[in-house]
Amino acid sequence: MRLGLALLGMLMLAALAAPWAGLALGHDPFMPDLFKRFEAPSATHPLGTDELGRDLLLRLLHGARVSLTVGLLAALAATAIGTMIGLLAAWRGGVWDAILMRLADGLLALPALPLLVILAALDPAVVGLPRGEAASDILRIAVLLAAFGWVGVARLVRASALSVLARDFVRAARAMGVSEARVLLRHVLPELAAPIAIATALAVGGAVLAESTLSFLGLGIAPPAPSWGNMLANAQELVFQAPLAALWPGLAILLTVLACNLVADGVAKGGGAGT
Amino acid sequence: MPRLIFSRLAQIVVTAAILSFCAFMLIALMPGDPIDLAIAGDPRLTSEDAARLRELHGLDQPLLGRYLAWAGAVLEGRFGHSRLFAQPVAALLGPALLSSLALLGLALGLAVGVGVSLGALAALRPATSPWVQGLALVAQAVPSFWLGILLIILFAVQLGWLPAGGEGGWRFLILPVVTLCFANLAAYARHATAALSAALAEPHIRTARAKGAGERRILLRHALPNAGVPLLTLAALDAGALVSGALITETIFARPGMGKLMYDAVMGNDFNLALLALLVVAVVTMLATLAADLAQRWLDPRLA
Repeated sequence: MRLGLALLGMLMLAALAAPWAGLALGHDPFMPDLFKRFEAPSATHPLGTDELGRDLLLRLLHGARVSLTVGLLAALAATAIGTMIGLLAAWRGGVWDAILMRLADGLLALPALPLLVILAALDPAVVGLPRGEAASDILRIAVLLAAFGWVGVARLVRASALSVLARDFVRAARAMGVSEARVLLRHVLPELAAPIAIATALAVGGAVLAESTLSFLGLGIAPPAPSWGNMLANAQELVFQAPLAALWPGLAILLTVLACNLVADGVAKGGGAGT
Repeated sequence: MPRLIFSRLAQIVVTAAILSFCAFMLIALMPGDPIDLAIAGDPRLTSEDAARLRELHGLDQPLLGRYLAWAGAVLEGRFGHSRLFAQPVAALLGPALLSSLALLGLALGLAVGVGVSLGALAALRPATSPWVQGLALVAQAVPSFWLGILLIILFAVQLGWLPAGGEGGWRFLILPVVTLCFANLAAYARHATAALSAALAEPHIRTARAKGAGERRILLRHALPNAGVPLLTLAALDAGALVSGALITETIFARPGMGKLMYDAVMGNDFNLALLALLVVAVVTMLATLAADLAQRWLDPRLA
């Protein structure tokens, strides 16, 4: 838990510090310099340079900004949607519950990546999103991932909400005439903090992994904007010239997902942030 | 039981129908149709030609009518042609499905075998448990496309022992199977540890031990069958993830399976092929989930 939070904190600091790191090293991560292709790690280029002579460390840090933004956006959206749907299903029950959970089961039964590949290849203009820019890529991928990511959250929230709704203090609140909205928001929702936190942590890891997979396949964040996934796609074409270039982006993804899973595990075992 | 199978099959049919409808509509709403692509490929086509071709292929019809015509043709087994590969779609899907099933079967078998062995190790020797859990945590977080690239760099580029990609004999299968297996190994190891620990704590194990059964017999005959049910649940839940992993693995190692076929079709704007490949993949995945569910009920009649 502590290790996970520390790792996540370091990754976010690294992402935030990317522009200052660029100033300190004195390079532009987007500026090709063809005289400095495939340089070995050195004091000026701590991780060496890529096939266009751009600094790998800086691209890795800027990639962290993109990858973590997508991951957090998608996970927060998925958590919000999933919590609402899970709560609604548990609270209304009956037909609503059946319809919403059938929908969740249906989505869960489908292989996610083949579907995402088709959806990511569609023209974003169809659903009214701007196309082309890195920012719109980030938004497009986050929306897609949230559209699939809510299922896990909703199932977890529904299961926990069902047990909370049956507890005595909820019945007491209702008997005292507390409105249903207040029951849900003030009495049920706080009890769901742990499962929601677990689902969010897992969703961040899942979204980072999914974004890098889509970017790796050339359907996510398009170059020249760096993302860990498209850096790896680049590295795969250069396994003969620069085998080391493949190491760092993958390691960054690995650490991010590992940190999220550790945090989720920690919350599941009952450790709060302070323990 | 027959009622359950029937209702689940009905669910699969409904899901496939909804999926095909949504995907067809999304694709059809995109600007540009196959005729536009044909015009881009052959500048001699006039606008009269384009209009004539649109009428010939029914592209001037309203969307719903086009979907129904397409769905009717698919139900009759007429899958149409692939624009990208210039072949009947049916002729492409068959071999690709076989190639994918070989990869998936081997990877799943290996993942279950290694995962359950690790789980048994952790359950029987608690001292090793933290190591197994740690390995599972890391394995779960490794992006499989990264692992694939690293394996290619090590075994194909640096050592030159194995081919980097393509399809041929068994040597071409090793790296993809290991890559795909590793991604799914973690879940099996974690669940096997939990299930076996729970199974080993039950009274009938103590009885068996009291009767003098050996540790091997206790593990294989008394604990494993009980631990099998949660593992089958996992297999049912993970079928989709396994198929998703196959798409990445096939793309990295250039194996001509369903995942690569679909990916190539999407990248090549061949949406008829992509849509049908997606449907086949989805239906096969849902059938696999159903099979795992049924096996689980057969193993533990209390669930039925």
